[in-house]
Amino acid sequence: MSVDARRIAGRGAAALAQGLLLANTLLVLLPMGFMVLSSFKTTREIFQRPFGWPASPSLRNYAAVWETAHFGVYFVNSVIVTVAAMLVILVAGTLAAYALGRYRFRGNDLLYLFFLSGIMVPIRLAIIPLFILMRDLRLLDTYWSLILVYAASGLSSAIFILTGFFRALPQDLDSAARIDGAGELNILMRVMLPLVRPALAIVAVYNVIPIWNDFFFPLVFIHQDRLKTLPLGMTVFFGEFAANWGLLFAGLTLAAAPVIGLYILMSRQFIKGLTAGAVKG
Amino acid sequence: MIAYPVLSAMAYSLFRWDGIVRGGFAGAANFQRLLTQYPYSMRMVTAFWHNVWTFALTMLVQNGLGLLFAVLLAGRTWGARAYRAIFFLPVTLSLVIVGFLWQLFLNPVWGPVNKLLAVAGLAGLARPWLGDSQTALTTLILVNAWRWVGFPTIVFLAGIQAIPEEYVDAARLDGAGPGAVFRRIVLPLLAPQVNVIVILTFIGAFNWFELPYVMQGVTGEPSHTTDVLGLLFYRSAFGGVDTGNPDVGLGSAIAVVMFAVILATSGLGAVYLRRREIEG
Repeated sequence: MSVDARRIAGRGAAALAQGLLLANTLLVLLPMGFMVLSSFKTTREIFQRPFGWPASPSLRNYAAVWETAHFGVYFVNSVIVTVAAMLVILVAGTLAAYALGRYRFRGNDLLYLFFLSGIMVPIRLAIIPLFILMRDLRLLDTYWSLILVYAASGLSSAIFILTGFFRALPQDLDSAARIDGAGELNILMRVMLPLVRPALAIVAVYNVIPIWNDFFFPLVFIHQDRLKTLPLGMTVFFGEFAANWGLLFAGLTLAAAPVIGLYILMSRQFIKGLTAGAVKG
Repeated sequence: MIAYPVLSAMAYSLFRWDGIVRGGFAGAANFQRLLTQYPYSMRMVTAFWHNVWTFALTMLVQNGLGLLFAVLLAGRTWGARAYRAIFFLPVTLSLVIVGFLWQLFLNPVWGPVNKLLAVAGLAGLARPWLGDSQTALTTLILVNAWRWVGFPTIVFLAGIQAIPEEYVDAARLDGAGPGAVFRRIVLPLLAPQVNVIVILTFIGAFNWFELPYVMQGVTGEPSHTTDVLGLLFYRSAFGGVDTGNPDVGLGSAIAVVMFAVILATSGLGAVYLRRREIEG
């Protein structure tokens, strides 16, 4: 093969690659675009002109979703549960990882392995004992049932990721701070935390998206409509308004919007956070 | 909080249950019912093979495409970062959103998928994708792949980018074409990433629940053709397999079987794949 021919083949391969990548881009973006576009249409318009631009775009569907379909309630519930669980995971995870990563003591490794084993367990298979436990603690149909389960299942990975980061920080750091008279909490808050911030971001994304999106635990633990989180609320909403597609698409768009908005702002942290564990470094 | 429920799930499977009230010790009776008594045994076998098919097709389509996209995105591909971000977007979406969205898209009468086929002059291909027992499970697996494909893409891409360029250059100098470079250099060095993805896919396939539940209902419509172990487990624990009465003993037995399958296979798989990794 002459050099020229090889260059042409290379160019052909590059064009083919771009074609495939573009095809998948459309496969991802077109459904999302169709969803958003349809949310501004009436149901009749979606049925009659599915691919057309909305004739008279209106926010009527959104207003109806927020008011009559209780989306506001579900949304607030999701925020409460996610924020509370994340607080527990980040605070308790940091404290535990700091102790495990910076101090040698008897049982350190054993404790670390114990926390680690939590990552391996598919916790959903333990839903029956968890259900009975929550029933006996009278926590069914409360935010606490969800917060506790999410915190417990998130702590393992948080401790795993943070301990690694704390271990990697040089020993001189706390020695220097200690000589300057800093207390334990001060060392953690002022010296260590700023340095492990990237790890905290990874832990946050790794947990916040699965918690926000979770459907299984609310399905089992929550039965009162006013306590349902967004994913569970969606099933109620889809049952109630099955024939009103304009409303359904508005609901889907509204439910997807917060995550997509955050993703557009910080896609790099999202990708890193959600693949943490499967990708090294 | 984590060890206690797992151990109790095992203990629960050894008792008789009346609804969610524990009765006497039952020994292996729950497992015996699960494996030999109609309809449990039949449902169990059907669901099990659906999980196996889910794993196999997901490996082929989702992870195959993920590997392809990773190869295409490695190197100095134009727009690689934008593609990467777009491909990963659906991974962040709730499976409930994904499930309902595609349920509307695949609606036999009003859904845009069949309408698009009609516009393209392929109306003959249009069908009730989710209502036809021939296509329902495969359609479900493809929707799942639509949501997940960005994940293996990113993992494989990170692996490929970690391969030292000298290796590839040296092979090129020795006259290896792109195909040979991929098979002899890239693929063997990608073994750790492949292992992670195989194991995660296996665990995901055998824990599959949300998408079948949202799109096909708790019984895996049409007529159990999309029934999977996750649905069967949920039904028996919280709703009854065919009767509507919860059966905690049976549900716990299913959980124990699933747990054993996942643990044994991913454990053995990890050991086997790790060994191949070192030799390769």
